Amino acid sequence: MIKKILIGIAFSPNLKANLFEALRLGNMFGAEVIGVHVGDKTEKKEKELQGLLNESPVKDHTFKTFWQKGEPVDVILNIANEQAVDLLILGAIQKENLFKYYVGSIARKLTRKAKCSVLLLIKPSTDRIQCNHIVVNGLKDEKTQETLKTAFKVSQDLGCKRVTIVEEISQTELKVKVSDDATLRKSTIAKERLKTREDLRVNHLLKDIDTTDIIVKTQSIFGQRGYSIGHYAKVKRADLLVMNAPSKMGILDRIFPHDIEHILAELPTDVLIVK
Amino acid sequence: MEKKNLFKAFLGKLPQNIFAGFVVSLIALPLGFGLALASGAPPISGVIAAIVGGTVVAILGGSNVTITGPGNGLVVVVLAAITTLGAGDMQQGYLYTLAAIVISGIIMVILGFLRLGSLGDFFPSSAIQGMLAAIGIGIFAKQIHVMFGNNSAKGSIVELIGQVPNGIIDLVNTDNQSVLFAGIVGIVSLLIMVFYSKIRNKYFQLIPAPMWIVVLSVGMYYYYDMFSASNYPIDKSLLINLPDDVLSNFAFPDFSKAYQWDFINAVIAITLIASIESLLSIKAVDKLDPLKRRSNVNKDIRALGLATVISGFLGGLNVVTVIARSSVNVNQKGSNRSANFFHAIFLVLFILLFATELRKIPLSALAAILVYTGFKLASPENIRKVFKIGKEQLIIFLVTLLTTITTSLITGILVGILVTFIIHLVINKSITLFTRNIFKPNVLMFKEDGKYYVSVKNFSSFLNYTKLKAKLDQIPENEDAIIDFSMCDFIDHSVMENLNNYAEGFKRKGGHFEVIGLDGYKTGSEHPFALRKNIPLQTEESESKNNLTKRQKSIQSIGNDLGWNYKRLPKVPVTIIPHFGYFKTRQINKISNLLSNESCTLFDVEFSEGELIAKQVVKATMMFINIDKNVPEFTLDKEGIFEYIYHFAGFKDINIDNHPDFSKRFYLSGKEATEIKQFFSDELVLFFESNKYYHIEGNEKGLLIIGRERLAGIKEIKSLADFGIRLKKVV
Repeated sequence: MIKKILIGIAFSPNLKANLFEALRLGNMFGAEVIGVHVGDKTEKKEKELQGLLNESPVKDHTFKTFWQKGEPVDVILNIANEQAVDLLILGAIQKENLFKYYVGSIARKLTRKAKCSVLLLIKPSTDRIQCNHIVVNGLKDEKTQETLKTAFKVSQDLGCKRVTIVEEISQTELKVKVSDDATLRKSTIAKERLKTREDLRVNHLLKDIDTTDIIVKTQSIFGQRGYSIGHYAKVKRADLLVMNAPSKMGILDRIFPHDIEHILAELPTDVLIVK
Repeated sequence: MEKKNLFKAFLGKLPQNIFAGFVVSLIALPLGFGLALASGAPPISGVIAAIVGGTVVAILGGSNVTITGPGNGLVVVVLAAITTLGAGDMQQGYLYTLAAIVISGIIMVILGFLRLGSLGDFFPSSAIQGMLAAIGIGIFAKQIHVMFGNNSAKGSIVELIGQVPNGIIDLVNTDNQSVLFAGIVGIVSLLIMVFYSKIRNKYFQLIPAPMWIVVLSVGMYYYYDMFSASNYPIDKSLLINLPDDVLSNFAFPDFSKAYQWDFINAVIAITLIASIESLLSIKAVDKLDPLKRRSNVNKDIRALGLATVISGFLGGLNVVTVIARSSVNVNQKGSNRSANFFHAIFLVLFILLFATELRKIPLSALAAILVYTGFKLASPENIRKVFKIGKEQLIIFLVTLLTTITTSLITGILVGILVTFIIHLVINKSITLFTRNIFKPNVLMFKEDGKYYVSVKNFSSFLNYTKLKAKLDQIPENEDAIIDFSMCDFIDHSVMENLNNYAEGFKRKGGHFEVIGLDGYKTGSEHPFALRKNIPLQTEESESKNNLTKRQKSIQSIGNDLGWNYKRLPKVPVTIIPHFGYFKTRQINKISNLLSNESCTLFDVEFSEGELIAKQVVKATMMFINIDKNVPEFTLDKEGIFEYIYHFAGFKDINIDNHPDFSKRFYLSGKEATEIKQFFSDELVLFFESNKYYHIEGNEKGLLIIGRERLAGIKEIKSLADFGIRLKKVV
């Protein structure tokens, strides 16, 4: 599954936490971690990095560093391709004084263009924080099978005991608009039927996946796709949200945000985008 | 099979709906004339709107107990349209305005099809309140002069108000007998409107106040015609003017101005007010529906639009849903749309049969009805209510009010919206909160463990309320719903008010609606949108602050004598009382002065019935007896004229075997006849026969005993308590 993790090194105040998280994850997944710094290789920087690596709680690691000048997005994507990286770890930015996180412009470009999975961290921590609840999408999409597989593998690796599969159902699929008592009854019945259908579909997908020791729950939500799951993850205080990578992202998708763009604009928690 | 049953039920309810339609038509007739006159249109146009509205909306509408016809709100807009479009010629202006009415009807049909009936949800509620108050002042300012017998007062609203003192002086000093008499009729009519609700006599109250005014003024005409030597003192120019052949002389709209800006302006204003007024009324009437049905707003808007088109082509005003008449309908036990239909039929009959008599109504009498309506719309009580919610709501209210009065309705409401938004910006000290999030979906709803959970993010105000509403409307009202605002930074008053409406709806239908996550917010006196202020006081206050009144002290001493327990206010909100049939159409405001032993509780209750001009706030003393065994649902009344009418209207009187005397004297009704017969044992029948008469209602929780519909004196409280103790023993 995940054999190689890439982390960008920007020598920001968050570096220590980001680095430690990456090393920890590498350890848990049994993966190799490589760091990329876009800029000059100086002795001072090297020293600082080495110091941090020595402080790391994970002692048994193989950490390789690439130093390269150029356009950050291009450099990182190139190295990721060359090295056949499976996972790209990016840090999010916290809005001033607010408990809201969003993805900066570079990280956003990387998320859109990367060919591997991307993990967006909102609160990297130097100490380990146990992951207790993973929310994963159960959309009707060919990628969902892979996403579910990854989500359960990750939760096994992280020792997470609870996974919720969210089935987002578009309001238009209901075909009934509530305007009085009769239509309300109809729509309530239609919802139940859709929910059963979705549960069946997801359970079918789960047949081939190892879910031992994990409490699996399905939750159907009627609402805007991509948005609802983020809001749900936040309400439920999930520790990780696992999502399908979007199929395509053109300029129109940014003007009329949908699916993953909602999540990128306001990260509810750590987000793993599976490709 | 099911269809057949529905039809049977419909037929069974028909008599009571005919009766309700009749009573409503009594109030709709004078209001129709009056509203049309106040709009500057021929008096018959209001009745045409009511007749067309009653038939079309009854057949195609989506609500249940609403009554449709000409509305208060439109008076000001239509008058402005007639004046500006006619440029001095009222008759021509009326024809242009009819064209505007037709087009506004078409727009409403389109709005209904686009499911935009909820247009009114986009307006902040304090701004709407301010606009309605401005309309009330507009009606008041113009009509008070007509009420004083002066038909020719002209000027802006502000000028008209300024002329009021002069109007009174002119009336007192006038040497024109006709004007003097018209003025006196107007003032007497106003007094009837004001004091009508104070007289709780059921025979007097059978005829609504506006109809009393009509009956009395027609009676006065006949007095002069038949008994008095002198001529009728009021000149023909001060009487209502109906065409000779009422149902054939229809005016036809003139579309020749349809491309002019004035015309478009009028169409926008008329459509805006018609849809807002209808929407507010439908919402308010749904709260009164004893069967707790939910109206299909968009279907109703479509029907109203179509009715408006037809009415406009026949020379009638806009058709909107009207709240006062609808509340009368509910009080008279109207139960489906056929009541609206019959109200239209009775109006046709009145016009055909009594056209000569109706021509005798002085304009001043009709103006008095409108003066009262205008006052109710702009009553100081409304201003106080707005102020209680918060200072900034008062600012919004007053700015909208003053702008509307001095400029036009559309400018007024736009300024109201702007001021509301600016105040929201100032309170939050942030513009990005709104600009960043306004188009984002902000509401999540999911069902978990049988409960609906709704979470709202960012901000929730009139700007994006429809998103929240769309979700809330999908929750059946008999379920549990939790609305979580903990991730929401700002909630405005309009949303809070609507949430309160939802909470009431859920309570009525047996569900539970809980709003959470507001605890840490700046609310109360500092933050404006604290709903907590709106919840009427229903629990125990700090007792020491207010001294007891004399009556309260006396009740306390009765309590001491009888060994009963006296409390000024209930410790926990009272939940049993609203379940009685009597309170199905009446809203309880407050319960106080409780006197109780283990099973009986005497209490004062303040409740309101009806809305707007038909609104009456009543305070009454009642007693509740807790019965351990299961009591069937029934009502027991003294047999009287009303009950004969009910007989006629299809209500059944249950006769107890072997007690012909009891059956003759008392009117007993309920659904489960056999169980009621079982409950009324010989002993109980004897007890009722030999004791003072009270109105008694039973349901599974116990018995509710009502004396008169007013607060009881000390003696009455004593005898009521005694009655309760003995009744409890017998049962």
